[in-house]
Amino acid sequence: MPQKSYRQALNEALRHEMRRDPRVILIGEDIAGGAGCEGEEDAYGGVLGVTKGLVGEFGRARVIDTPISESAIMGAAAGAAISGLRPVADLMFVDFLGVCFDQIFNQAAKFRYMFGGKAVTPMVMRAMIGGGFRAGGQHSQTLHPMLTMVPGLKVVMPSNPYDAKGLLIQAIRDDDPVMFLEHKAMYDMVGEVPDEAYAIPFGEARITRTGKDVTVVAFSLMVERSNQAADLLKKEGILVEVVDPRTTSPLDLDSILESVEMTGRLVVVDESPPRCSLAADISAQVAEHGFDDLTAPIVTVTCPHTPSPFSPALEDLYMPSVERIADAIRKVAKK
Amino acid sequence: MTLHAVTIPKWGLAMEEGTLTSWLVAEGATVTPGEEIAEIETSKITNVLESQVSGVLRRRLAEEGDLKPVGALIGVVTDADYADADIDAFVAEFEARFATEEKVGSGAPVPETLSVDSKPIRFLKIAGSDGADGTPAVLIHGFGGDYLNWMFNQAALATARDVYAIDLPGHGGSTKDVGTATLDSLAETVDAWMAAQGLAKAHVVAHSMGAGVALSLALAHPGRVASLTALCGTGFGGTLNDDYVEGFLAAQKRKDLKPVAALLFADGDLVTREMLEDLIDYKRIDGVPEALRLLIDNALSADAIAALEAKRGDLKAPLLAIYGAEDQVVRTPAADKLPAGAAVIPATGHMPHLEAAEAVNAKIAGFLAAND
Repeated sequence: MPQKSYRQALNEALRHEMRRDPRVILIGEDIAGGAGCEGEEDAYGGVLGVTKGLVGEFGRARVIDTPISESAIMGAAAGAAISGLRPVADLMFVDFLGVCFDQIFNQAAKFRYMFGGKAVTPMVMRAMIGGGFRAGGQHSQTLHPMLTMVPGLKVVMPSNPYDAKGLLIQAIRDDDPVMFLEHKAMYDMVGEVPDEAYAIPFGEARITRTGKDVTVVAFSLMVERSNQAADLLKKEGILVEVVDPRTTSPLDLDSILESVEMTGRLVVVDESPPRCSLAADISAQVAEHGFDDLTAPIVTVTCPHTPSPFSPALEDLYMPSVERIADAIRKVAKK
Repeated sequence: MTLHAVTIPKWGLAMEEGTLTSWLVAEGATVTPGEEIAEIETSKITNVLESQVSGVLRRRLAEEGDLKPVGALIGVVTDADYADADIDAFVAEFEARFATEEKVGSGAPVPETLSVDSKPIRFLKIAGSDGADGTPAVLIHGFGGDYLNWMFNQAALATARDVYAIDLPGHGGSTKDVGTATLDSLAETVDAWMAAQGLAKAHVVAHSMGAGVALSLALAHPGRVASLTALCGTGFGGTLNDDYVEGFLAAQKRKDLKPVAALLFADGDLVTREMLEDLIDYKRIDGVPEALRLLIDNALSADAIAALEAKRGDLKAPLLAIYGAEDQVVRTPAADKLPAGAAVIPATGHMPHLEAAEAVNAKIAGFLAAND
């Protein structure tokens, strides 16, 4: 199968869907680049090049550069979605959620419910998440827990190029607002990605490592780190099962419970401060629905309850590392 | 001073390789800490590599434009009077160690894609061992399969000849456009692919629905087929279990597919999670469910199989028919209904070439050699 980067996989997904469905449009800052300026058309393609080349094929009517106004981007996308288009809006850094949260959680997420199911809001909101870039507290967050708690939003966190393409295609075909969260550290990650279009349904976990001793649940970049921890611990005789739910909302709790039923031990890894995180949520749900299967207390691996530090040395300590994940697994494996 | 290795740095979590875009210091020049030595470009940025130490840049080991993995040696800094032989030894040792640490490409063959009637057809060629000059063989998988179904067989058969494994339309990396989805139309695609690939004549080894395709090919184009090996083939006396094909098409999740996939093997525990995920991934590709539906309704219809069965007597090429004793997908016919020379492999289901690969490989290799 062809090897492609996460970035390329996302670009292909957008291209497939824009070719298939003329209602699909893109909207965001610099997603084409150079609007109103002299020089190369399509020079930019978004800050990390995901939308590069699309304006050349689909034109400026479908690849719309906007001013720096997140509330305008999300408001316009929500309006376009309820009037029959299928916008993919680019928020750039998820940290900018603050300026357009009303459009997202109070408008887009509510339309289906407040109009008695008669309105659909087929919009995708792409955003970059995560740390590791020495970008400081305002450009390093994940914020998926805040989004996950809003009924009416679907939240997607692909952990590899294959999933990135299939989940983005599903997001565009979905009739509800979808937050599509791309980890900044993964754009150059390479993996097998078919040339064809394919859609991965939401709410279906993928087991990335199989093992009988400890279950690890992780999302996005943390899946790869958990895989590395699992590979490390295999040499120590601890067999780890890594479950990547792929979407936080809907959440494939069945697959998590099924794995815990076999292992009796759970570690949840979440690149997020600990309070009200997915780590806290999944721990609570497993405690509620799978308590009898547990043979050891649940352990979580998260960031501390502080903003992300700017110091590279501190940031490395702040994010869950392979070592911290491995230590947590060793801790539960012994009990 | 000691020898200092200048290597491709890792800038950012995702960086795995970098291109040396330009050297900023000549070989033999003196460098100081912080001095810019070279420009290196990653997929995101171009940045300058600074010297960590003082000394002389004695070796430049990469050309401008070279793409190198992170950690690869591109230069050596040391004293002006350090012995050349010792530097060379250091370089050789560094590179040997780096090469073993790197996951070097194993040189394994990779599948190719050929345009047949302007649609992509994927196949894997494994070239015969040195001096092997047997008539080439073409392997054709069954319903829902792909070239990887032959992973235990293809290389073994390639000791005596070139062996090609094709993905039929609707499958693997080939077009998902199955046209009329009849056995004849699939056989025409195989014929056109063989012509495009320059295969005038080949032994055809085929499984399940693929064996029906192979038989149609042999009847329509007798010159193409040196011999026919049919494993658990449709059109070779067995009865198709509709629960399998319909269940395969209907399953959306791993859990639903598991009991269906278990029908493939005498030992249902052979079904792994990875196998199920690969199958689910395949079924999610746009156009695949529609293609499988068309194949069930046409190539695998009871009428199509009966019609092919009726024509089997016209086959001119030598035939080896292999069955799994416990096949639950294409149920093996009674002993008196088997074609002459048929082999029934004990303790195998619908995938004897996976479940008893060695026995099946030996049987096929002997048959092909006898008919070269």
